[in-house]
Amino acid sequence: MMTIPVGWYLALSAVLFTIGAVGVLVRRNAIVLFMCVEIMLNAANLAFVAFSRAHNDTGGHLFAFMVIAVAAAEAGIGLAIIVNVFRHNRGLEVDGLNLMRH
Amino acid sequence: MTPEAVFFVLFALGAVGGSAGVLLSRQPINSAISLVVSFFFLAGLYVLLSAHFLAVLQILVYAGAIMVLFVFVLMLLNLRSGELGRGKLTVTRLLGVGFAGASCYVLASSMLGSSVAGTRLWGGSVPAQFGTVRPLGLRLMTEYVLPFEMASVLLLVGIVGAVVVAKRRL
Repeated sequence: MMTIPVGWYLALSAVLFTIGAVGVLVRRNAIVLFMCVEIMLNAANLAFVAFSRAHNDTGGHLFAFMVIAVAAAEAGIGLAIIVNVFRHNRGLEVDGLNLMRH
Repeated sequence: MTPEAVFFVLFALGAVGGSAGVLLSRQPINSAISLVVSFFFLAGLYVLLSAHFLAVLQILVYAGAIMVLFVFVLMLLNLRSGELGRGKLTVTRLLGVGFAGASCYVLASSMLGSSVAGTRLWGGSVPAQFGTVRPLGLRLMTEYVLPFEMASVLLLVGIVGAVVVAKRRL
């Protein structure tokens, strides 16, 4: 019986991570930037779960669980910072955040 | 193709399509909806990998809680179209895409070179309770109790930090 190799999941994880990385490099809206970071975290989770299934060991699931907790904390604080940035300079363009340069 | 492979291709295309939608859509709200779609397809992939608890967690925490937070902030800020911005294709961006393609190649080749990459997955070889709440909870409360408590402290810090940062005057 033919079934899926783990490599397919790993390749998918790499593709998703790349999409997230391209998003962080290319987009300028701060909220969309955060969404792309979430995509990268999810790609890492997928790799964790795939390896965990390959080894028949639930340790990878627990790592993914921790990643989700970190992502929740990161989203909370990051969005608070974004709200503050928006109040400060009336926009979400990350190119406009050059206060420290002057 | 086996049903498993058909579902894998379906979910994988959905996840990649949703993520590409985040990248390509003009309005941030459309990006958020695409991201929710991508998260649901990823939850399907977790089910294929027998990670049932994580699949539920993905939908509850990611598609439920985190994305509601994103959409809430988008609605709160009420961006006008002038603030959305769409840059031209500059040299920097092309460099960024090139760099990302190179990093994808490095990632994929290193992960596919691992010893388990050729392991074939099928339902018969998985332990009966793999990925359900009971074994995960038992390990979380015994072997991984310190990281678990650290995660709770991290979330507490996150709550306090979000209030301190976002409040105008304490």
